[in-house]
Amino acid sequence: MAKSEEIIPIIKKKTIEALLGKNTRIDGRKLDEYREISVEFNVIEKAEGSAIVNIGNTMVIAGVKSVLGKPFPDTPDEGVLIVNTELIPLASPTFEPGPPGEDDIEIARVVDRGIRSAKVVDLKKLCIVPGKSVWALYIDIYALNHDGNLMDASGLAAYCALVCTKIPKHAVENENVKILEEKEELPIQHEAIPVTFAKIGEKIVVDPCYEEELIMDARLTISFNEEGKICAIQKGGRGMFTADEIMYCAELGRKISREISEKIKRMLENAQST
Amino acid sequence: MKEKPILLNEEGLRVDGRKLDELRSIEIKVGVLKNADGSAYIVQGKNKIMVAVYGPRELHPRHLSLPDRAVLRCRYHMAPFSVPERKSPAPSRREVELSKVIRQALEPALFLEMFPRTSIDVFIEVLQADGGTRCASITAAAVALADAGIPMRDLVAAVAVGKIDGKIALDLNHLEDQYGEADIPVAMMPGLNQITLLQADGLITIEELKEVLELAKAGIMQIYKKQKEALKSKYIGSGEELG
Repeated sequence: MAKSEEIIPIIKKKTIEALLGKNTRIDGRKLDEYREISVEFNVIEKAEGSAIVNIGNTMVIAGVKSVLGKPFPDTPDEGVLIVNTELIPLASPTFEPGPPGEDDIEIARVVDRGIRSAKVVDLKKLCIVPGKSVWALYIDIYALNHDGNLMDASGLAAYCALVCTKIPKHAVENENVKILEEKEELPIQHEAIPVTFAKIGEKIVVDPCYEEELIMDARLTISFNEEGKICAIQKGGRGMFTADEIMYCAELGRKISREISEKIKRMLENAQST
Repeated sequence: MKEKPILLNEEGLRVDGRKLDELRSIEIKVGVLKNADGSAYIVQGKNKIMVAVYGPRELHPRHLSLPDRAVLRCRYHMAPFSVPERKSPAPSRREVELSKVIRQALEPALFLEMFPRTSIDVFIEVLQADGGTRCASITAAAVALADAGIPMRDLVAAVAVGKIDGKIALDLNHLEDQYGEADIPVAMMPGLNQITLLQADGLITIEELKEVLELAKAGIMQIYKKQKEALKSKYIGSGEELG
């Protein structure tokens, strides 16, 4: 989507900066405090897996569909994973209709890198007949309400949709693939949890809200797997970071990613037990 | 995927004979295109990239112009013949993302507020690609911007650092990028010690990230020197005389 120019009154900018000077934020959070996260799993029955993620007032939905397809020629024994993001005008007065723009594509590609590098899904197990037939997983991410940090909300929605995805079982007879009624869980083997920071002046805040994003100088997203290893990084925005600031974000991000991971596990257990 | 080749031999040398902390050969030429306000051509290993800068100039369509600064626009594009399998000339999602991150890597260096309502356009054409093209593009684009006479806080130089066979290595080529464990492109304003681009793909620990940033800086300082030599040799005469 194209984005119309976003503006913020100077008085609001000054208020946010003055508050940060006192180590507090426009919504009352501490600089290293993440907003409340909630996840609804499998909200779309017709999708193989889906999740709505709320981070404060930011809301994103991701749906997974599986399709029988051909593998890429360079990976004949692996399934296919495709991530797509759309920042639809429903989510914000500043989003405009049209084909995906650079912001949509950037989010999709950063989410994709995290999931691929961490090997969240064992793509080898999605191969049915090597070189001929594999499962293709389409993860489609739609922003529903934009109040900042769509990057993390999209990454979490994609991850949460994958962990609750069930795809049909199959049988192979003389290289003909038959899709069965019965379903099975995806071969999930690792985590990919993104944590995003915004740099405003000399201050770094985690999980920026919309107003903070409007005045931020630069953005840094770091994704982590369950061992606390980094599986994706993306710097954004027209500003810059020192190496020390990046290492600060990496250490804090690792800690926060573990907390988010625990929350998601608990919410998934609750969803599965009801 | 084909069998993974050996990326580090017994002597610790890489597929092209380099040491872990060694850059590929780099040659930068300034002012190679007559129509552009600034231009640069970089050959880094087998990468061959042409960059043209136009502007500051009137921005079309006009409603995109900003009242308080210039708009920086960037187009990273790969020629169909730049890679082994012909690439469609239509911009891919990868090219759209790279155009954005390259723009954001260059933007901190420019005094855009000096040219309100105008645009500065950076056109990058990758003629041959062999890994690390976004970084080589940034290195050349910074030189082309300087050649266009646009006031800058510092040059921007970039290099990708990666992990191959468990070791951190400087300036990955395509083979190392494809079969390595991680690829981390970094751009800096070297004089100001600020990082303007950072991406990562693959798995690394936080401790390795620290090592990556240190090695990237060492590589970037060498590239920075080449950039300045290239500019000096056009504007002052022989770069060697002046050092």
